[in-house]
Amino acid sequence: MLSFVAQRVVKGVIVLLAIVVLNFFLIRLAPGDPAVVMAGEAGASDQIFVQQLREKFGLDKPLPEQLFVYVKGVVTLDLGFSFRQQAPVSKLILERLPATLLLTLTAFAISLVLGILFGTFAARFAGTWLDTAITIFALIFYAMPIFWVALMGILLFSVTVDWLPSFGYETVGANLSGPAHVVDVARHLIMPAMTLGLFFMATYTRMTRASMLEVKRLDFVKTARAKGLSDAVIQRRHVLRNALLPVVTLAGAHSGTLIGGAVITETVFAWPGIGRLMYDALLQRDYNLLLGVFVICSAMVLTFNLITDLVYRLVDPRIEFTT
Amino acid sequence: MSKRVLLGVLLACGLAAPALAQEPKAGGAINAVIQPEPPGLMLAMVQNGPVQMVSGNIFEGLLRYSPKLEPQPELAESWSVSEDAKTYTFKLRKGVTWHDGKPFTAADVLFSLEMLKQTHARARNNLAQVDKVEAPDDYTVVFTLKQPFGPFLGIFEVGSMPMVPKHLYEGTDWKTNPYNNAPVGTGPFMFKEWQKGSFIRLVKNPNYYEKGKPYLDEIYWQIIPDAAARSVAYETGKVDVLPGGSVENFDVPRLSKLKDTCVTGAGWEFFSPLAWLWLNNRQGPLADKRVRQAVMYAIDRDFAKDVIWNGLGKVATGPSASTIKYYTDDVPKYPYNPAKAKALLKEAGYKGEKIRLLPLAYGETWQRWGEAVKQNLQDVGMNIETIATDVAGGNQKIGDWDYDIAFTYLYQYGDPALGVGRNYVSSAIAKGQVFNNVEGYSNPEIDKLFADGAVATPDSKRKEIYEKAQKILVEDVPVAWMLELQFPTIMRCKVKNLITTGIGVNDGFKDAWLDK
Repeated sequence: MLSFVAQRVVKGVIVLLAIVVLNFFLIRLAPGDPAVVMAGEAGASDQIFVQQLREKFGLDKPLPEQLFVYVKGVVTLDLGFSFRQQAPVSKLILERLPATLLLTLTAFAISLVLGILFGTFAARFAGTWLDTAITIFALIFYAMPIFWVALMGILLFSVTVDWLPSFGYETVGANLSGPAHVVDVARHLIMPAMTLGLFFMATYTRMTRASMLEVKRLDFVKTARAKGLSDAVIQRRHVLRNALLPVVTLAGAHSGTLIGGAVITETVFAWPGIGRLMYDALLQRDYNLLLGVFVICSAMVLTFNLITDLVYRLVDPRIEFTT
Repeated sequence: MSKRVLLGVLLACGLAAPALAQEPKAGGAINAVIQPEPPGLMLAMVQNGPVQMVSGNIFEGLLRYSPKLEPQPELAESWSVSEDAKTYTFKLRKGVTWHDGKPFTAADVLFSLEMLKQTHARARNNLAQVDKVEAPDDYTVVFTLKQPFGPFLGIFEVGSMPMVPKHLYEGTDWKTNPYNNAPVGTGPFMFKEWQKGSFIRLVKNPNYYEKGKPYLDEIYWQIIPDAAARSVAYETGKVDVLPGGSVENFDVPRLSKLKDTCVTGAGWEFFSPLAWLWLNNRQGPLADKRVRQAVMYAIDRDFAKDVIWNGLGKVATGPSASTIKYYTDDVPKYPYNPAKAKALLKEAGYKGEKIRLLPLAYGETWQRWGEAVKQNLQDVGMNIETIATDVAGGNQKIGDWDYDIAFTYLYQYGDPALGVGRNYVSSAIAKGQVFNNVEGYSNPEIDKLFADGAVATPDSKRKEIYEKAQKILVEDVPVAWMLELQFPTIMRCKVKNLITTGIGVNDGFKDAWLDK
């Protein structure tokens, strides 16, 4: 298993470098010059000022040289300097990463737990009103755009009944600490995490239901039933465990999409994570910061995928670690 | 309806003017919205809107300006001008200290000017007429100009010329100076904390030189990226102040009607944002003056004001906003007249050539305005294609002159020499940059008028020159002027004296207090 992990890590690093190079060029293909953006915001844009900014950014150098400097930096774990924010990129990302991890992992847990639970119930009671209700519930959240669910959530839970805060990570100015702070952050987390989680929950519900119905028809389930095992044991030990494989695959593949969803969720709920950092960096053509966020997100997706492969083995012992 | 409601609220606020005479109360915190998150707070290094809004509390300039744009003392307590209008002597306030306790002196002013010439494009342009600056003693600064420069007293507000602590910046790499992230100024509030992505916290400067001020203990600038979420934050009582432009315009009437809410359009006199359409004078149908005039006649600007901007603002008459110096409305007029537009297009021989329109990617209001203008122009037979871009992409297209019609709005900084001429004189034609003369209009007479206007004395002479320039420009239509924009500041009525100068919320909250 160790050699499997080691080889996957090496492959991952190569993929990451390829992503860096690709993104480096993709970003520069987009129209818009960071120096002009900054000069424009300063309310003036004479030639000297724009040229000064280009020199500061290193944008006056040939593209291959810019790439070489950047890749050399990434290899030594230096993600560069954001001239716009006047700070090292790694510092800016590290400030925001915990909030994004908290949001995405909570949303991920919500989506998986609820998705598998609802999917199992829907399959167990297939064709009944409960199945229909769960299916409709799942479809609604699958069909609605995340930003819309977010805004409706705010309207209902913040404006109308005033149960939950509409934005932010914590109550500004409250200076809470200890358990009170944890509760405060949790209250702020509920809506963004549910918004992001419910979208993916819908997919897992549908996938678990379909997969369980398929597995139920297989011969080994009949054998289990013939052995006289109780329905609950059959569902849990035989059907669900086998039916989970496609769900795990999907969950692994969703790690990237989850971060994409976080960009929208973090923007609507003013959640101070890297999704918003990425969005702002994109609008402002803050090349180094944007590339830095891409590198971190790519690394997160690769790590998620590795974990998915490991979880496969746990769910289904028949799968072997081959490279 | 919405217009009437808004007018009512504005009037109510006006009638509440006696409240201003109340004795200010000390204490309390204000929660205000800031959007987008500032890239930094060191005003000498970065100067976009949000930076000025927060840092206007931390840093100060030598002067501030009344709503009528008259200079008022700030770090300079008095000033005098020589008879030949070439020497300006500023007497600095004594007893002013930086937030770290070091005294503020003329040496700081000299250092700031040197630094700003390298880091602040607008300051460099403003100071181009300065021959030398001297400090005969610690509290006197003397500017000697190469020639008289009419708007000189208008370049000293905090956003245009913030004072920087020499002892913390001299001999350091300004770009990476640690005080960029924990700025030290002389202002009424001190930087305390910045939770990136969440809020910026400023606290009262207990050693502020104006005794008793500031009244507030703290200011929290809350960072909320989504416009709808900002409206909700106000609605649910989480923020007290929505500075102009924080929410979409269609939300303004609804928020204005909320209990204990006051609205004011004041505080934009210095900036006087004016919106217009860049018209590419170089190529295609728009190279013909008659087609440009047709654009002016084709667009229903009253509709834009009343419907898209909810009755806020004013239809522009020409290159100067009515709030800046030497404005005149004695210029050719372009009322909404589609028939006349059609006739002009016919006369110019327009045959349906495609015209590319770039809306401004500043949110829903601007998008709607883009659609309305497109419809107006199509109604008179113009073949309009909308090009969708984000702000950075749009700027690049405009800077590269790769457009036919493009939306913009720019500040005017109180004087035509500072904020108007730059968009029409031929020396300001430079590819690759935005906000200069990107339309490519070139008229030697206009060049001369703006050159003369900047240095002419006395004031009556300047007035005469700029009025003439306005008439010529409006006749030539180098760009299509749309509206003098108004960005109302929405706040709880308990917030008093928030806006006291022509610079508005960008001038800091030193006079603001809470009527608890």
